[in-house]
Amino acid sequence: MHPELIKALGEFRLSVHAWSEAAYGRSRRVEAPGRRRVWRLAAGWALGFFLVAGGASAGIWEHHQHQQQMKIAAAHAAAQQRLAAQQRLAAQQREQQARQEKEDLLAREDLLAKVDKDVSRQVPAAMEPLGQMMAGDESW
Amino acid sequence: MAMAEEIGAEEFSAVVARHRAQIFRFLLASTRDVDLAETLTQDCFLKAHRNWASFRGESSAMTWLMRIAINLQKDHWRNRRMQFWRQTRANAVELGEASEWLPSGERSAEQQLLAQERVRQVSKAVEGLSERQRTVFLLRYVEEAELSEIARATGLSEGTVKAHLSRAVAKVRAELGGKQ
Repeated sequence: MHPELIKALGEFRLSVHAWSEAAYGRSRRVEAPGRRRVWRLAAGWALGFFLVAGGASAGIWEHHQHQQQMKIAAAHAAAQQRLAAQQRLAAQQREQQARQEKEDLLAREDLLAKVDKDVSRQVPAAMEPLGQMMAGDESW
Repeated sequence: MAMAEEIGAEEFSAVVARHRAQIFRFLLASTRDVDLAETLTQDCFLKAHRNWASFRGESSAMTWLMRIAINLQKDHWRNRRMQFWRQTRANAVELGEASEWLPSGERSAEQQLLAQERVRQVSKAVEGLSERQRTVFLLRYVEEAELSEIARATGLSEGTVKAHLSRAVAKVRAELGGKQ
């Protein structure tokens, strides 16, 4: 083998040995921090999980609260509508009753007036002399 | 029985202490990824620990460990568990980065720059090798393993190892400009 090639292979060997020694020392030194890194990673994941879970819970709670408020508002509105409808119905009934009473009164008055009129105008023929007599008495 | 297990555990700890850096180095040069090399090194020793009782010393512990490391490195792309690493291949650096670590030694600044350039050229050639050629090349010229050891670690015959090595060296030589 050519001396130059032997030299190059020897230098390559020295380089790999030096690189390996440096890397080997480094990889052994970082063993403990590596463990710490694992813990840090685990803590990070746990914190992330709690944050996500907390966020999701808050969202669900918020949604639930919103739903509850919506239900309460809907129930309140329905009660208001029922009350208004009842009030309207009562007013209509009162109005109708008043109208009915007025109509009844008018009907009674009409009937009485008609009776008076009928009584005053329609004197049977057999009663005509008596009527004349009463008319003569009225002249007294 | 407990005593035997204790001795086995002690032996294994000694093997880990002796060979861990070398296994890491081979995997780093193969994968060019520090994190992946560290993971595969751990996997290698985990596997070795599980099978320690079945290790009969037919080859050296280093050869046995290297064989496990080579298989792990070969399988890691196919392994479902390693899909993550495939996606994070961005972590891999160019092997040429190794040139920055070249010790300056007695060299002048100019000689150091030339040496770094040569290392970059060799690295570029190594990156272009097939997986098998690269494994054989790294075992021979970085780990300085004998052909017989490489053959045992890779499960190839010595003749096949020689052929792969020859092709790998030819490519490196071509990358260096064919001057050699």
